[in-house]
Amino acid sequence: MRHTISLLVENEFGVLARVANLFSGRGFNIESLCVAESLDPTISTMTIVTRGNDAILEQILKQLNKLINVIKVTDFNEMDYVSREMVIVKVHADDKTREEILRITEIFRGKIIDVSSKSYTIMINGDEEKLKGFLNLIKPLGIKELVRTGTIAMARGERTIKMKENHIKGGE
Amino acid sequence: MKKTGAQIIIESLKAEGVKTIFCYPGGATLNITDAFTNTDLQQIVVRHEQAAVHAADGYSRASGKVGVSLVTSGPGATNTVTGIATAYMDSIPLVIFSCQVNTALIGNDAFQEADIVGITRPCTKHSYLVKDVKNLAQTIKEAFHIARSGRPGPVLVDIPKDVSASLAEFKYPDKVNIRSYQPTYTGHPGQIKKAMRLIANSKRPVLYTGGGIISSGAAGELLHLAEKLSIPVTNTLMGLGGIPGNHPLFLGMLGMHGTYAANMAITESDLIIAMGARFDDRATGKTDEFAPHAKIIHVDIDPTSISKNIKVDIPIVGDTKNVLTKMIEIAEEDNEAFKQQHKRVSEWVDKINTWKKDYPLTYQKSGILKPQYVIERICELTKGKAIITTEVGQHQMWAAQFYTFLKPRTMLTSGGLGTMGFGFPAAIGAQVAYPKSLVIDIAGDGSIQMNIQELATVVQYNLPVKVVILNNGFLGMPRQWQELFYEKRYTWTHLSSPDFVKVAEAYGAVGYRLEEEKDVDKVLKEAFRNNRPTFIDVSVNPEECVYPMVPAGASLKEMLLV
Repeated sequence: MRHTISLLVENEFGVLARVANLFSGRGFNIESLCVAESLDPTISTMTIVTRGNDAILEQILKQLNKLINVIKVTDFNEMDYVSREMVIVKVHADDKTREEILRITEIFRGKIIDVSSKSYTIMINGDEEKLKGFLNLIKPLGIKELVRTGTIAMARGERTIKMKENHIKGGE
Repeated sequence: MKKTGAQIIIESLKAEGVKTIFCYPGGATLNITDAFTNTDLQQIVVRHEQAAVHAADGYSRASGKVGVSLVTSGPGATNTVTGIATAYMDSIPLVIFSCQVNTALIGNDAFQEADIVGITRPCTKHSYLVKDVKNLAQTIKEAFHIARSGRPGPVLVDIPKDVSASLAEFKYPDKVNIRSYQPTYTGHPGQIKKAMRLIANSKRPVLYTGGGIISSGAAGELLHLAEKLSIPVTNTLMGLGGIPGNHPLFLGMLGMHGTYAANMAITESDLIIAMGARFDDRATGKTDEFAPHAKIIHVDIDPTSISKNIKVDIPIVGDTKNVLTKMIEIAEEDNEAFKQQHKRVSEWVDKINTWKKDYPLTYQKSGILKPQYVIERICELTKGKAIITTEVGQHQMWAAQFYTFLKPRTMLTSGGLGTMGFGFPAAIGAQVAYPKSLVIDIAGDGSIQMNIQELATVVQYNLPVKVVILNNGFLGMPRQWQELFYEKRYTWTHLSSPDFVKVAEAYGAVGYRLEEEKDVDKVLKEAFRNNRPTFIDVSVNPEECVYPMVPAGASLKEMLLV
């Protein structure tokens, strides 16, 4: 099963390596990983998308919690959440396809961010389903290159993922 | 007043109560080495950095204090890796100072540079690269705190050479607060109550305890609970000494080379109470058939150990001493539930006693000197009061089986990683911690060669460590597997060794040779009395096997017996 995990970690060198080591040391694959400073500049938020059965995931979550620099671990699959990802895609464009590309981009509320005589570079963001839909339509027209940011996520409603005061890790 | 990084290290060690470090110098240590001149900290200079870490580890296992070692950059640092991994697997609190090239050179493939923080990341509890001398004292404070708290483990502190020379104001922090690290010591009261309810309804309970009892100092509480509720106890290899080995409720070690009684008790039990043990594959055998009739309570300070290999019914995250104390309280308060306790389990205890009587640990006596006999005699002559270290292999299993460990911290062995070459330097550490105690490394002719250079260290500091080499001319454990599962093709396992008596003598230690059963007591007595570093080369039966044995992948009840 696919899981989206959020980590609050100390904003220090070496933390990313510790997290990545934990996955690689056990042969788990990371599908996507996003890291950046959070509201509190001493804390970074990492959003990791990974796959595994329940037993494997339970171990991953516990092991992540055990890392000294990790402040909080949250599995978004236990709650309602929103997630978004951004894709930049360079598409072959000629007289025959230019109109079609523009139309698809508009439908998906993407943006053309660079143009040349033979290509469009399109930026689009959304959840997984939307990006998949867009890429399926644009693919036959000739994708030259594609980069994705990886997923970031947030709980729905009032709920926030914050460090608690005197936060106890790993307690029953 | 400002101090150099090197001076800050020394002051910080003193503030942490450190008395001894195990070290080896090199270019990058020299600022620090120089600052040690005329300090009253004891410095034991070993002959290989791996031994510096094993010695600090042995010191820690014997004393319960944090072990400290200090080595140079590059090869000095990489040589510590096996030592660090050994301590990590067995949850031993160490602080390892590795030195590093100047900060400006880091990442440049400088002379004697290695990314030791990166190399050791998977086998340390935590690690630091100190880039600014201003953070040094705080880092050392945190390193000691992390090493000894929660589930203990090794912490590495990497110090670039310019940092040890730079100046900073020194004030050792009196408190440490790491917001992302707050281990859970107190077990959840509701879970403990549930556990006690299961115990009160169990007819065939077994306490299965490991190194967590030793590291949390919970042996007294364990004995109290076991006796109060009449629950038989089996130990893992790491747990030996957690209950007196001669206690009527003690079943012996469980697992691959465990006793018949322990493995059968696990198999027929209706309730396993696991404490500070992690269901290692050598202890459980085939996991699907481990304790098939039992509910399982698991107390461990490390949540990642719980339900990792075996799904448990009642997990309790907490310190074993703390949880045991609560359990004893409940057992004492709830007279109603435990009134019939001894009666309820008496049939079970009788059954176990029958197993113990019918299938004791044994070996065939023949004309040839048997390794088991030698260990029995060591146990008898030392009255079980020596500190025993072991290397890894057959001799380690025989030591676990045939030496009766009476107290915690008297069996120092590499359980998790299984590191050959551990026992001799660990004995050095134990002897430094307890200069008056008799410290004996039970070794094999294979393992002892992996850190034999430490003979120079024991002679230099006149540490009267005894090394009993059970010499069978083989790497005995793989040979046993070849005998049983590879049709006796002894590829790679037949060893030739030097004359260990002469080797000992060449280093300035004492060497004895022991070939016949009739000489065993005489030679051992003399060796234990001589107050000198000593090797005893014992020629034992070359093709002896360790029994019982649960073949790899089999369930605990499928034991091969003598």
